[in-house]
Amino acid sequence: MSVDAATVRRIAHLARIAVAEDEVEHLRGEINSILAFVEQLSEVKVDGVEPMTSVTPMAMKKRQDAVTDGGDAEAVLKNAPAREGNYFVVPKVVE
Amino acid sequence: MSELTSLTIADARDGLRKKSFSAAELANAHLAAMEKARSLNAYVLETPERAADMAKASDARIAKGEAGPLEGIPLAIKDLFCTQGVRTTAGSKILHNFEPTYESTVTSQLWRDGAVLLGKTNLDEFAMGSSNETSALGPVTSPWRRKGANTPLVPGGSSGGSAAAVAARIALGSTGTDTGGSIRQPAAFTGIVGLKPTYGRCSRWGIVAFASSLDQAGPFARTVRDTAILMRSMAGHDPKDTTSADVAVPDYEAAAGKSIKGMKIGIPKEYRVDGMPAEIEKLWEQGRAWLKDAGADLVEVSLPHTKYALPAYYIVAPAEASSNLARYDGVRYGLREQGRDVIGLYEATRAKGFGKEVRRRVMIGTYVLSAGYYDAYYVRAQKVRTLIKKDFEDCFKQGIHAMLTPATPSAAFGVGEKGGADPIEMYLNDVFTVTVNMAGLPGIAVPAGLDGQGLPLGLQLIGRPFDEETLFSLGQAIEDAAGRFEPEQWW
Repeated sequence: MSVDAATVRRIAHLARIAVAEDEVEHLRGEINSILAFVEQLSEVKVDGVEPMTSVTPMAMKKRQDAVTDGGDAEAVLKNAPAREGNYFVVPKVVE
Repeated sequence: MSELTSLTIADARDGLRKKSFSAAELANAHLAAMEKARSLNAYVLETPERAADMAKASDARIAKGEAGPLEGIPLAIKDLFCTQGVRTTAGSKILHNFEPTYESTVTSQLWRDGAVLLGKTNLDEFAMGSSNETSALGPVTSPWRRKGANTPLVPGGSSGGSAAAVAARIALGSTGTDTGGSIRQPAAFTGIVGLKPTYGRCSRWGIVAFASSLDQAGPFARTVRDTAILMRSMAGHDPKDTTSADVAVPDYEAAAGKSIKGMKIGIPKEYRVDGMPAEIEKLWEQGRAWLKDAGADLVEVSLPHTKYALPAYYIVAPAEASSNLARYDGVRYGLREQGRDVIGLYEATRAKGFGKEVRRRVMIGTYVLSAGYYDAYYVRAQKVRTLIKKDFEDCFKQGIHAMLTPATPSAAFGVGEKGGADPIEMYLNDVFTVTVNMAGLPGIAVPAGLDGQGLPLGLQLIGRPFDEETLFSLGQAIEDAAGRFEPEQWW
């Protein structure tokens, strides 16, 4: 499989990465080179094989459903690029 | 006092206990050496004040007879581990000013045991690379040079700064992370020891995530014993990481030096790849001879899906990365670029904040997870991963204790020499290491010799799940036979 320029733009948008028009062709080439490389997986017989979900067999531990941490707005907001009081600031989302 | 920087961790520990020197002296010797080695760019942040405070506290504990297992040992930390109040960049512009308000579990265990932080080390951006060249903070220059040349060489990656720091004697040990070979390949390139533990052995909490089902933290040091000493402090169950294993941590140091007589060592025939340089083939043969001399039995084994590990990795790892890196949105931390609306803000921030390799992988990951392609790529790759793991399990069932392979397909290459035109060229560096991550197994790289140009080459040992001890025993046997390798100081 290989991707065209429109697909590159679509992937970039899904990934929320701005891509300039003059970068599209180059990215297309690189993505196609990686897709060509992984193409060899199609020759592996995988009928009846379970996809891996956990590399080491283990039962996930459960803990009591209780508050164990939190309530420290200052620590949460410390690295915020923009804040007002205890809120993160973003451009207007709802008109 | 420059000789203090040449000590092993085991010797430094003894010297500190006997009060032959203080933790402050040991830290100062390293800080002075770091200043002279700045041209290597191994550290992206030096923390001399933190080091002085920690060393002083260590000296006080030593005086009171309360020394921890790593008391006063100066270490370098890969800048992927969050360190409270100390900038953590992940080698990315998008985290250029990020100062964590918490400490990763692994580093907190090192400090609990008395270790001293020298600084944070350079890495490929978000650990995506095999040469340390994708770092937003510039490449690292290896302390090694080809005989009679001064071409700058890469230290390998992604934990390039951590490996270079230990090899250049500007840290007694360091931490790395390994998703596809990021500890073992730089260890091999710089002539030191590096261990990638079993998946789940070390907590991933507080480590900037790349591919969560593959990432593991591990130690670098100049000897097998030192690596074992660090590992004991780094390992252990952590309730904050649900994939961390609740398995007792053994005394790894005691395993280094144990007899390997009668151990069955698998030699996987699929690792004899086309176009393998004669020097690598010779090194592998030499490794087999050393283990045989030490009493091990060598058995040829087959891992039939080996060649599919790298392509499957380049689906699974970017897929997980695209999910993990979705958090860098310019809202809660890190870089922010303004946009017309909130989506414009995300897109501009991520375009400016991510480097080329990261952008490429996030896009590949997004594609293989997108509607209509998920089954063809991602599910198929996860099935192949099951088969890769089964290959190993079949060998272990036959009584194989561990496997011996080369660590890398070549010695270190020059800065700017690889991957410029085709990303796959760089990816092929991990051909011998990536299977281990796909199967969740432990692997260790041990220096085994120098090539014709005087550059270090390493051998890799692959173990059963949670059997790092056998790797330390076998690694020690190789170190005893091969000796140690140190670069001449030119910096």
